[in-house]
Amino acid sequence: MSLLEAPIRSAGATGLLRVATAGSVDDGKSTLVGRLLFDGKAVLADTLQAVSSASRARGADLDLSLLVDGLRSEREQGITIDVAHRYLSTPARDVILVDCPGHVEYTRNTVTGMSSADVALLLVDVRNGLVEQTRRHAAVAALLRVPHLILAVNKIDLVEFDQVAFTAVVEDAEAYAEEVGIGQVTAVPVSAKSGDNVTRRSDRTPWYEGPTLLDLLASVEVPVRADAPLRLPVQWVARGGTRKYLGTVAAGIVRPGDEVIVQPAGRRTRIRTVEDADGTLTAAGEGAAVAVTLTDDLHVGRGELIVAADTPAEVVREFVADLAVVGERPVTAGDRVQVRLGGKLVRGQVRDVTDTVDIDTGKRRPADRLETNDIGRVTIAVAEPLAVDPYGVDRTTGAALLLAERTGDTIAAALVRRLGRETP
Amino acid sequence: MSAPAEPGVRDRVAGLIPGHSAPGALDLLEAEAIHVLREAAGQFDRPALLFSGGKDSAVLLHVATRAFGGAPLPFPLLHVDTGHNFAEVLAFRDRRVEQTGARLVVAHVEDTIAAGRVTDVARGRSRNALQSRTLLDAIEANTFDALIGGARRDEEKARAKERIFSLRDAFGGWDPHRQRPELWRLYNGAHQPGENVRVFPLSNWTELDVWRYIARERIELPALYYAHERDVVERDGMLLAITEWSSDSDRAAARRRRVRYRTVGDAISTGAVPSDATDADAVLAEVTLAEQSERGATRADDRTSDAAMEDRKREGYF
Ligand SMILES: Nc1nc2c(ncn2[C@@H]2O[C@H](COP(=O)(O)OP(=O)(O)O)[C@@H](O)[C@H]2O)c(=O)[nH]1
Repeated sequence: MSLLEAPIRSAGATGLLRVATAGSVDDGKSTLVGRLLFDGKAVLADTLQAVSSASRARGADLDLSLLVDGLRSEREQGITIDVAHRYLSTPARDVILVDCPGHVEYTRNTVTGMSSADVALLLVDVRNGLVEQTRRHAAVAALLRVPHLILAVNKIDLVEFDQVAFTAVVEDAEAYAEEVGIGQVTAVPVSAKSGDNVTRRSDRTPWYEGPTLLDLLASVEVPVRADAPLRLPVQWVARGGTRKYLGTVAAGIVRPGDEVIVQPAGRRTRIRTVEDADGTLTAAGEGAAVAVTLTDDLHVGRGELIVAADTPAEVVREFVADLAVVGERPVTAGDRVQVRLGGKLVRGQVRDVTDTVDIDTGKRRPADRLETNDIGRVTIAVAEPLAVDPYGVDRTTGAALLLAERTGDTIAAALVRRLGRETP
Repeated sequence: MSAPAEPGVRDRVAGLIPGHSAPGALDLLEAEAIHVLREAAGQFDRPALLFSGGKDSAVLLHVATRAFGGAPLPFPLLHVDTGHNFAEVLAFRDRRVEQTGARLVVAHVEDTIAAGRVTDVARGRSRNALQSRTLLDAIEANTFDALIGGARRDEEKARAKERIFSLRDAFGGWDPHRQRPELWRLYNGAHQPGENVRVFPLSNWTELDVWRYIARERIELPALYYAHERDVVERDGMLLAITEWSSDSDRAAARRRRVRYRTVGDAISTGAVPSDATDADAVLAEVTLAEQSERGATRADDRTSDAAMEDRKREGYF
């Protein structure tokens, strides 16, 4: 096969898969990611040399976990504290591994990594099963609406490749996934250390008939929402001649002739043309970076949202959101913020903090303040009307950032729950 | 699959559409890069695109020309010129500037040296480390608030955690603790006066993706990216070109070899690799088999320490 020839894929098996990897400390995540890179031939000779001399300095043979360490300060402390990106190429698709460090205090890293993931790859130590930290990662994946969960049941070598031990973990995980609302779960028994079922099929787990982890990543399909209404946030307006509105299709399909509404103003018009850099398109779906023209001469600006006329988004000045605090400071009622949603940046205020959720148990308790790494429910008021969808309906038009009023630093991620104000 | 609307009209689609084949990796990486470029144009008052004439910046410029619906580029190009150039790279730079109609701003390391703002390195040494000062001066002089660059996360270990929108303080410094979490496709370019943001639309591309894209889009590169004969001297396992700055002993030791470059930077410290690849497809085949990562094989001054890149990032280098 020529390197340029891409295999034909169904719409669910795109050529690029974003995988957020997470797991409890010491369950073997660094070793597993290192193993995927090493066996997947994504590690180059000079990198490998650096890692093997670092391994020797620590008195180890070849510690693959060193492949996934990054910043020097972290290396010195021997921990990973920030989201890191690694790249794998399979014949079928490219895989981006977004590594979410696994400490209790770094829920924000998990939230960040899961936000754009197609798949959550959760690692568990078969001897310990789903520990508190793993449950939290799964719950965050569910909250962020990651459509697919892969469970790598690691250290299977330490239980003599025992099927019963594997099955027990899988059953527990499936029950928990159902409880938190994750659609699909696939489990693989692996040994990150020796490589069983990571990239090559192990003859020590004859009872396991599924694919290796790498094959699974190469083939897993991400559900496409066939009937989603059009959502096209405008990023930029190209002037000179007919105005072209440029943006990435967030959901649905855009076609010439479609009746649309431009929100929040609510003006109704039709799509005249759709194009990408190679020319005219008859249709563009989710993920396409397009330029459209409209039949009416409306002055649409950056930050407005082009939507299907029969199913518009809601236009609100107040909404209820699940807030994940990812910045350094706590969030309290009354805080003045900036709100970024798509291309819009508007002034806003945190009206109430209602409660915080214990991500392990799903239980909510009243709170008037959210600390770093907390997740809780708030009401946010904005100075200008915004077009939004509930996050459960759309991962783009239901997602916003809260920025610090003065520095512009990112304070929190907001997942739109409901429109209007929270009623206790 | 839906039938074409009229006979003879091709049913051309993009993005995820049930019933059609799914977009490939390059389509998705390009769409992401275009999205990021549009965000940069939308969020900043005075962005500029770093254009050195190297292959990553050639790819970046190509994507940029495809991102704005055929309108002129909404930002100028900026070249930080070390004065240690390969002639064909400068010629290529000027040709692309002319073809795209973009405005080019050149910041010269020579000028920074002449103004006494940095001390030149000894003759025959790389000026890569001096670029930081010149870059910061250019940012200040032109009041750029964002610089769009072609760096990728797979290039080097310390980059694995780099953001797509990376905040720099007024001194160009990069503080790992002030980097903002990046969620969804919501890139946060907010900054205070004096601060600026580096934007990396190709963050998620690998070297393989870059070459596939060059082959697919038939992107022109300076000729030295393909196999050619050149006088080189071997040092620390690298092949360094004989240039006007080379020492007499290097000249005496030089041999004519068939080589190509994998990156171009300071002509003094950028190494070549033996190669017979005369076009992008042949390079692709070689890259697939390549044993060394791009920087390891070709940048003499990155080898000094494992953390060299991190140190330079703190100083404002890319
Ligand atoms: N026996 C065995 N040990 C493993 C396996 N995977 C990881 N380990 C060991 O478990 C320890 C923790 O692994 P590491 O990858 O650093 O865990 P992390 O904290 O999740 O990144 C290390 O001593 C690894 O060598 C495995 O599959 N089998």
